[in-house]
Order: sequence, then C-alpha cells, then structure tokens
Amino acid sequence: MGLVVTITSGKGGVGKTTATANLGVALARRGQRIACVDADIGLRNLDVVMGLENRIVYDLLDVIEGRAKLRQALIKDKRLPELQLLPAAQKRDKTALTDKQMIKLCDDLRKDFDFILIDSPAGIEGGFKYSVAPADQVLIIATPEVSSVRDADRVIGLVEAQEKPQPRLIINRMRPSMVKRGEMLDTADVLEILSIELIGIVPEDEAIITSTNKGHPVALEDHSPSGAAFTRIAQRMLGEPVPFQVLDDSTGLFNRLSRIFQR
Amino acid sequence: MGFLDRIFRQTTKSADTAKERLQFVLAHDRSDISTETLEILKDEIVNVISNYVEIDREHVEVTITTDANISRLVANIPVLNTRRPRAPRRESARQAARPARAVRTKS
Repeated sequence: MGLVVTITSGKGGVGKTTATANLGVALARRGQRIACVDADIGLRNLDVVMGLENRIVYDLLDVIEGRAKLRQALIKDKRLPELQLLPAAQKRDKTALTDKQMIKLCDDLRKDFDFILIDSPAGIEGGFKYSVAPADQVLIIATPEVSSVRDADRVIGLVEAQEKPQPRLIINRMRPSMVKRGEMLDTADVLEILSIELIGIVPEDEAIITSTNKGHPVALEDHSPSGAAFTRIAQRMLGEPVPFQVLDDSTGLFNRLSRIFQR
Repeated sequence: MGFLDRIFRQTTKSADTAKERLQFVLAHDRSDISTETLEILKDEIVNVISNYVEIDREHVEVTITTDANISRLVANIPVLNTRRPRAPRRESARQAARPARAVRTKS
C-alpha cells in the first residue's frame, strides 16, 4: 500500500510544484513507484515543470467523473520508468472536486504506487483541503521570508486541526551568503518559530530556472546543489539517516542546527 | 544571538527584525480570540477592577501571547488609587456624570 504525501505551503510561489516534481524524480531514481498528482485544478503546472505537457490526453477530473480509467490518464515519464503524472484539469475550477473524491482516487493509486505525491494549490480554501484530506504525511514548504513563514504557520495549524501527523518542513531558496550577513532568517530561526521537524533545506539555485525552462527537473542529475538537496530529502522520506548538510561554510548555522538536534 | 551581541552591534540586522516581527504577528495569529472578543474582555476586566481600585482606563493593555506550548493573557493595568471608590462604577456614562467625586478620590 502506497503512502500519500501532500506538499503544501499556504503562500504561492514558494516551490510546491518544483518540490513535487523533484521529489518524484528523486524517489523514482531510487526505485520507488511514484505517482505525482497535480491538484491545482484550473492552474495546471506540474506537467510543464516535469516536461510532460505534450502527452496529456486525460486529466484528474476525467478519472473522477468516469470519462477515463486511471491508467489512461496517468502519463509515464520516459526518462524514469517508475515515475507517472496525473495532470490537473485546466478548464475547470476547484469546486469540481471534493475531499471524498480525492480520498477515493488516492486509495486507488495506493494499490499501484509506493508514493503518491500531491502538489497542493496555494491558499487554504477548498483546493488545499481536498489535497490534505487523503494525506498520510504532509510536507510544508516555506522560504526564509516573513510572509512565507507566517503562511506556513497558519497551514501547520490547519493540518494539525485535521488530525494529521505533524507535518515536516522543507526550507526552500535558502541563501547562505545572506544568512551569514544576518540578512536572511536562518534554519534555526525558522524552526524555532514554526516548531516542527525539518526534512530538508534547498539552496537558492539558478539551475531550477534553467531546468524548468527545459522541463528537465534538477533531480534527474546529481550535479546541481538544489537537485542534491531534493535527493537528500527523498532519502529521508525513505527513512535513511542523511545528515543535514551545512550550506556554504557558515559555522553559525551548523552550530545552531546541531544545538537543535541535541535537544 | 546573545545579549552582548545585540548591544555592540551597530545596526540591527534585517534577519533579527524579521524574526521579531514574525514572533509578534504569529502570537496574534495563533490565538483563537478575535480582536473584538479581546476588546470586550478588556472592557469587562476594566469594569470589574474599577469596582475595587481606581485605574487609568486610558492606559490599560490586554494582550494574548503564545509560545510553543502556552498561551498567556497579559493585562497591564495602571492603578491610580488603591482606595476603593464608594460605589461600584459600571458604565463610563455614570462615571462621567460624577466628575467631582472622581477628582476627590485622586487627591
């Protein structure tokens, strides 16, 4: 039985779709059978980030509403045999889907996949709710900025209110040089404020932009800092004890991080 | 960030400002009590306390602070005179109607 993991953030533009695509790639590269589900009905994007936009025939709502079978709608990624995408419907809106339908869909997917990764829409309305409803685990993604951390805090509260296990945090777009100058919240600050468990830190990386331009997720290769960071998160999702890397040479960050893990 | 660091640092770094501002807004966001409810609560607290001691109504502060595990109702109520006013004062209208007495109790 597969595990349903929802990636959400509250705030838009912090990297939910990029994280979903790359975690899907990184997990599939480790032999896991992965279904990436784009739950952002009306604002479909996971397909372009994964580079699969030309192969869509049916979408999530076609499956829900009985016009297509799951296996007809799922798109196989030719680069990775274990990776498949269920695209969102583009010409509908989020009122077309209920929590119950999403739970049923995920229960069907659990039979054939090890992980079902749900790319949640931004916001805390219906789209967020039906994305979290089927989740066994929730990953919150936030950038080290005031607005993103505030929204993450709100979303953590809402996830806990749904009686889900405590979500884990991905800090995205971290800039070690700014942290070093004291001009960006560091990992310890964000963790102290949100008081949830960290699952990974992804550095700001131009490779994300170029890879998205091409529809070729960074995690397909090992050489980019962001791709390596997503791979480490995937390893932690599989229960491998991967130490948290010190981004750059900021000893301050390392010391404060190790202090947190000694508690 | 240590106390001395703060003292000797010439300017506050923006990361520290961000952290303080976040802690402040989150304390508010995390409390279940709305601003309106808090105002009503404040008025009632003020009225009850005014029955026993004279307080500076203009400078009463009632806030809710929330840390990771605990929420606190913090009330800062300046007392003008610990002598109890003779009659309970429940409404501000009634208070305004008797300005002479209010002056007397202060002296």
